[in-house]
Amino acid sequence: MTDARSEILARVREALAGSTVDPVETSAPREVHPVANPELVDLFAERVADYRAVVERCSAEDLEDRIAAALPTGQVIVPPGLSIRIPDAIVDDGTLTAARLDLIAAVVTEARVGIAETGTIVLDHTPDQGRRAISLVPDTHICVVREDQVVADVPDAIALLDPSRPQTWISGPSATSDIELDRVEGVHGPRTLHVLITPPRDVIS
Amino acid sequence: MTGTFVGMPVFPEAAREALADSQLRHNLAHATSTIRAKRAKVVAEVPDWEELRLAGAAVKERALLDLETQLVRLEETLTANGATVHWARDAAEANAIVAGIAKAHAATEVVKVKSMVTQEIGLNEALAEEGIAAWETDLAELIVQLGDDLPSHILVPAIHRNRAEIRDIFRSKMGAAGRPAPDDLTDEPAVLAAAAREHLREKFLRAKVGVSGANFAVAETGTLVVVESEGNGRMCLTLPDVLVSVVGIEKVVARWEDLDPMLRLLPRSSTGERMNPYTSMWSGIAPGDGPQEVHVVLLDNGRTRALADEVGRQALRCIRCSACLNVCPVYERTGGHAYGSVYPGPIGAILNPLLKGVGHDDQIDSLPYASSLCGACFEVCPVRIDIPSVLVDQRAQVVDAHRGGVPKPEAMAMKGAAYVLKRSRRLSALERLTGLGMRFARRFGPTAWTGARDLPDAPGESFRDWWQRTDGGRKDDA
Amino acid sequence: MRVALMVTCINDALYPSTGQAVVRLLRRLGVEVEFPQAQTCCGQPMVNTGYLDEAVPVLRTFVDAFAGYDAVVTPSGSCAGSARHQHSIVAVRSGDEALQEAVAEIAPKVYELSEFLVDVLGVTDVGAYYPHRVTYHPTCHSLRMLGVGDRPQRLLEAVRGIRLVGLPGADECCGFGGTFAVKNADTSIAMGADKARHIRGTGAEIVVAGDNSCLTHIGGVLSRQRSGVRTVHLAEILASTEEVTR
Repeated sequence: MTDARSEILARVREALAGSTVDPVETSAPREVHPVANPELVDLFAERVADYRAVVERCSAEDLEDRIAAALPTGQVIVPPGLSIRIPDAIVDDGTLTAARLDLIAAVVTEARVGIAETGTIVLDHTPDQGRRAISLVPDTHICVVREDQVVADVPDAIALLDPSRPQTWISGPSATSDIELDRVEGVHGPRTLHVLITPPRDVIS
Repeated sequence: MTGTFVGMPVFPEAAREALADSQLRHNLAHATSTIRAKRAKVVAEVPDWEELRLAGAAVKERALLDLETQLVRLEETLTANGATVHWARDAAEANAIVAGIAKAHAATEVVKVKSMVTQEIGLNEALAEEGIAAWETDLAELIVQLGDDLPSHILVPAIHRNRAEIRDIFRSKMGAAGRPAPDDLTDEPAVLAAAAREHLREKFLRAKVGVSGANFAVAETGTLVVVESEGNGRMCLTLPDVLVSVVGIEKVVARWEDLDPMLRLLPRSSTGERMNPYTSMWSGIAPGDGPQEVHVVLLDNGRTRALADEVGRQALRCIRCSACLNVCPVYERTGGHAYGSVYPGPIGAILNPLLKGVGHDDQIDSLPYASSLCGACFEVCPVRIDIPSVLVDQRAQVVDAHRGGVPKPEAMAMKGAAYVLKRSRRLSALERLTGLGMRFARRFGPTAWTGARDLPDAPGESFRDWWQRTDGGRKDDA
Repeated sequence: MRVALMVTCINDALYPSTGQAVVRLLRRLGVEVEFPQAQTCCGQPMVNTGYLDEAVPVLRTFVDAFAGYDAVVTPSGSCAGSARHQHSIVAVRSGDEALQEAVAEIAPKVYELSEFLVDVLGVTDVGAYYPHRVTYHPTCHSLRMLGVGDRPQRLLEAVRGIRLVGLPGADECCGFGGTFAVKNADTSIAMGADKARHIRGTGAEIVVAGDNSCLTHIGGVLSRQRSGVRTVHLAEILASTEEVTR
């Protein structure tokens, strides 16, 4: 008896034998956008807000105050490489269990890329964002996106992202439309998504 | 425990039952029209949507026509990324692999991401036989599972249930499966969703084994992708120590950049959003982040049979968005159960016969006929599956599979028609009997036609007789 | 230009007035159509039911009847769609290369009536007069298989005296679907009932479409409901003038 692998591959070969169709080389349409386009950041902010996430734009100096104001009562966890100072936050060392994370009220992370067209934030879980569990279990996620991280559309993001890294693409808070197609925000993921958009790090304002 | 579709009646019979359920008709009409409008709005935002569809179709077609290479590549990259790759020829093999992994970890339960393929193979039932509870964590799947019901839609499996029915299911069934619903549960969707959150939270936090499917598998990078909304997917993909993903072999795409058209096409076609709330991607094991034991089960279960069908092969491009269901006038009226499969609607009407073969089961043979061939499904399909053409081809395969035996009345009628229509003289002679036939049908009805429809009055003479008598209207037309 | 009328089997047997209207209309526009007597049916009833072998002799008859014409015009989106998109499948099935060549020659020359008027003759105002309240149902095959777009509406809008009213859910199938209407009669009737409800809601006296097969189904439901709404083929409205109003 042949093993499943050999048999499936043989079936595939047989199924396609005599198939004369050449695969079509069609690439997806892609609009070209100038980089660092302020209109893209406006669109990004508008589209994220469309999902009923909280969106704020602020200067680099105001960032820490805005985060403090956005934090709910309770414990806060931050990834080990967060570049922003959050007083009294627990710095994740990778040891907290899911049950322990469930007792934490909020998480503050940075992001890898923001997609304007779809209002999407992509985390690739580098040390400024932390492992996936910390931005999942706490009920409030405060996410800082820099203006120069915003790209126009999905293909621009795909081109920037490293496929070897785990990724979480986030478009608004957790939601469901499973009951009569009525959209309800907040199921299992963080029920509050608070996005702060700030100028690039190297810009002195 | 979720029911199964085994022993379902042929489509027209199942449809008759569904059509008689006015609550169901109402729920379906509301849900499908809502989602149709949402889809139309976000698709209209994309100026080059048609080009995007072509690109999406090409991505899938390229991978399918080069499937052996892509699967071997996927196995290599997954393995290099620390994942264990398994191959399963059929449902039983896949189920045994998943059960074996759970048992190796002494797990008595698994948490599940919504996945069509694990429904297709009946994984929950198979795990139950091994003493392992499989908890569905998608809200709609939870409603179906708790209600001991069957899914009726690809995207929203509980589309046939309204809020009052869902409240009743939660009230009566949640307690037996874990944390009960609160006493003051109302039928507000937000309240029902909150009850599901509380009920499932303890399961997520303690789960050792997670089970998922995948929307896409990138051969070049060994990346699996799960597209979802609620965050239950993220929970199952992130918190357990062990993750098992069952992936149909048609889910493979060749390159990382191939995800681009797919991730633009799928959410807009499916939930009618610019992007779904959460998309998770993982390439094997990420040290210190998420499951540290990752398995991928590559499943055939009829897909190579479909691949061998040159016309039907395109059905393997399907990304399970369910846009075709939402625009289908037949689905809108009958709902998903009538199709007798986890894959209902227009795509189900071709996919089930393609996966299982025709000519041996009347229920499957009835599916290609469950369509008026109106073409609305093809128009919305993000990967341009020409469902009407495949339906017609499948019908021919059904007819061919039954040639040779005792001909059915329909086959006799078609042979008779072919005889008459071969010669216009024969047709002309028959036309003179049309009026007689009509009067006969009216008098001796009801037939399938005259049950709820009148027949037109037969004309005094056929067009060809008129043409001959009047020389095409040039002679006195009296 | 030699133009053949493909009247279709259903119009030949049940709706000769539609064929007559096409002849009258085109004659008024300066086109003398010929009626190849050998024609019978496009074969769609067989193809759509899965009887491809049975469709082969019917296709041979079709090809013999319509070979050599510059254009074949038909008052049916569905039959035009069958000729343009399905005949090649039947021809391949036959294994007869000559038949395949003949199909490749004829298929692109088959026009649904509104396509022929707008694209070939280049007219939208055909000089018709029709003083009625009318709603238009675009049939699925004309809309999606052929892509006639708004040609029928443009033709109707140019008709004098007509009051065109929009049909809610216009592009949704009426539920006819050939043998679907019989094989899945319950679903077909449910679809037809919804279409009839939308039509009645418009307050129109007349529902017009480019396919008498769909109109037979819609009209059958409307008649059973004693709605008083009549079904009329597009050709008959376009053929109507002050002298001959119906």
